[in-house]
Amino acid sequence: MKITSIKDLDAIRQASFSRLYAPNGVKVNVGMASCGIAAGAQASYNLALKEFSTKSGVSISQTGCIGFCEMEPLVEIVAQGKPRMMYHHLTEDKIVEAINGYLAADYHKKWILGQMRDPRNLLEDDIANPQAKVQPIEGFPFLEDIPFYAKQTKVALRNCGYMDPDSIEEYIARKGYYAFMQALTMKPADIIKTIKVSGLRGRGGGGFPTGIKWETCAKHPGERYIICNADEGDPGAYMDRSILEGDPHSVLEGMLIAALAIGANYGFIYVRNEYPLAVKRLITAIKDAEKAGLLGDNIAGTEFSFHIKISRGAGAFVCGESTALMSSLEGKVGRPRAKYVHTVEKGLRDGPSNLNNVETYANVPPIILKGGNWYASMGTANSKGTKVFSLVGKVINTGLVEVPMGINLKDIVFDIGGGIPRKKEFKAVQTGGPSGGCIPARLMDLPVDYQKLAEVGSIMGSGGMIVMDRDTCMVDLARYFLDFLKEESCGQCNPCREGIKQMLDILTNICQGNGKEGDIELLEELGVMIQRFSLCGLGTSAPNPVLTTILYFRDEYEAHIRDKKCPAGVCKPLFHYEIDPETCTGCHSCAKKCPQEAITGDKKKPHQLDQTKCIKCGICYDTCKFDAIVIR
Amino acid sequence: MNSSVSEASLELDYRELDRIIEEDYQNDKENLIMILQAIQKTYNYLPKPAISYLAVKIGVPVSQIYGVATFYSTFSLEPRGRNIISICLGTACHVRGGDRIHETLVDQLQVHDGQTTSDNRFTLESVRCIGCCSLGPVIKVNEDMHGHVKTDEIKTILGRYE
Repeated sequence: MKITSIKDLDAIRQASFSRLYAPNGVKVNVGMASCGIAAGAQASYNLALKEFSTKSGVSISQTGCIGFCEMEPLVEIVAQGKPRMMYHHLTEDKIVEAINGYLAADYHKKWILGQMRDPRNLLEDDIANPQAKVQPIEGFPFLEDIPFYAKQTKVALRNCGYMDPDSIEEYIARKGYYAFMQALTMKPADIIKTIKVSGLRGRGGGGFPTGIKWETCAKHPGERYIICNADEGDPGAYMDRSILEGDPHSVLEGMLIAALAIGANYGFIYVRNEYPLAVKRLITAIKDAEKAGLLGDNIAGTEFSFHIKISRGAGAFVCGESTALMSSLEGKVGRPRAKYVHTVEKGLRDGPSNLNNVETYANVPPIILKGGNWYASMGTANSKGTKVFSLVGKVINTGLVEVPMGINLKDIVFDIGGGIPRKKEFKAVQTGGPSGGCIPARLMDLPVDYQKLAEVGSIMGSGGMIVMDRDTCMVDLARYFLDFLKEESCGQCNPCREGIKQMLDILTNICQGNGKEGDIELLEELGVMIQRFSLCGLGTSAPNPVLTTILYFRDEYEAHIRDKKCPAGVCKPLFHYEIDPETCTGCHSCAKKCPQEAITGDKKKPHQLDQTKCIKCGICYDTCKFDAIVIR
Repeated sequence: MNSSVSEASLELDYRELDRIIEEDYQNDKENLIMILQAIQKTYNYLPKPAISYLAVKIGVPVSQIYGVATFYSTFSLEPRGRNIISICLGTACHVRGGDRIHETLVDQLQVHDGQTTSDNRFTLESVRCIGCCSLGPVIKVNEDMHGHVKTDEIKTILGRYE
């Protein structure tokens, strides 16, 4: 059926309502994003399907990622008139029992994360909460109240984990494509004005105001292109993957609205090759949208035509840079060029090209429906709305979180993230990927927005947030990022190609115990040079991880160079493990795990470690529950 | 490494190549990267004769295709093993001890990044972030993701792949 009006959308929405909110019988929604599948969701799904496909009254469905990755596989079980229960760690061995329990209203408390108070997204305020009349079960917290979710506001992630990403009907049921229908009746200038009022800035890293970008692109004549950057290259960031896997239509809708505003007929999505599931879901979404007449020629019966093509990247970090990405889209080597002429004027195929990131496009439909002022009411003076962060590393609750701009780092790490595992000392947060910086524990009250992060030497970047504890060596971390960037530098300009290599050599020396006086100053000098003279963003931001760690953790650099010690116990030549006889209880668990049989001792008596046998693998250090293995 | 042996004995199926180049990707040179991906999926690497054939078909010089094939890390110009191990060295995996997993793999397989074991069973590749950061450290064997990997589990994991 071709959709041509809001009435058509309404009809689909009504028809799909029960499927989402009041299913016949029991519906099991298994979280099937890449991370869920890796944690065992596929096996749970297959088993549930096998076990219940012949029994009437139970249907098994898939959803995207609901964000709480630490708790995967996450499975939601729902039925009309019953609470919506979210189960965590629901692996193959538990799923059948959990479903049978739910059928018998005998809920497994240990496996349940919480019951959902309200499954609607922020656009569905025209219908009543489907759970309003359901009596909540006592003793189970509401999902929305548990610390991980309590401070979140879901705009870009509004559908991730709440619907089947392969179903256009469910997307429409959650008010999808309504914004596009509305945009069809608006003048392009008014769409751009709404985006400008919203204050939305590029979520890929640059933070350029989206409305201004659209406006400039629309002014240039020629065949214009809408491009979506899904080449999420920052290690530690996976919000774009999650949106593409959990809610691909929101990105298509955002691109459609951009095409209307800018006047473009062709769109491209450049996806990393490492995300096969995202590509698969996008292909399905595009086909379904074409079938529904929402993509292709004469969309919704109008003159407007828009075609989207998916291009897969092939593993090059530099292709996240706009000019390199466009060169790669043309089937060429992805080398950036100097931007004397911006891509909004001459980009892909020399046409005016508008490039936005996945998350930016996903934010567009709600802004159109609820207005620019609504979006601008969230956030800080220079950073409006919400931002998705991937909270990873040494933190208890790893996952994807969407919070209003301006929330402080402490709230993210400790309230949402639940703090550091094993109560270890919190050291720093790294934001912005290899182009970003490290923010030390003492600046934890910092409100997170574009400007504040820049002030402390980091950047927002795409939203990776890597938490580090006392066991992370900051010198090694800086070395790690430079090693990454040395591999990924396209090699075109001298400062980046040679400069990064020189900095890396110095850092490697320091980590191996061969650092010398003057190295820190040389690193600083080289860093400033690379920042100033590199051609593209990769080079100009490459020294950030080094410069910020020198700024905030200079003492660690000095310990490596002067005392030849690695206080965190990472750089192997610069430390050794010892057993503290005072704290060792003689539990013997370290000795059992030591691959070198270097630890000996009688039970319940302090153990000894043979330094000649020790390979510093760290297994004993991780195993000891009493902190008796110490770094010297 | 036995690239010369397999290269000589490799019979290219030109009908399959035609299908990829013409039907799937419409002889369009803008699709070069995706055509190369499809060829690599078929042969497990990019055989030289396939590159020469492709160059003529889409009118792009071999030198340029070679440039693309060596610029992007996905492509391999040498035959790879039956199973591809991708060890994630992204930041989240790094701070959770990904390096130790990497060392153990190098140790057990006796190969370095990009190399293939002498029995052709495994090729070891390091990648920067698979996007499963919450499960770090992560290794991917073919399409299977293994999360929260510990050094002492590696032998068991690898044992599942022939």
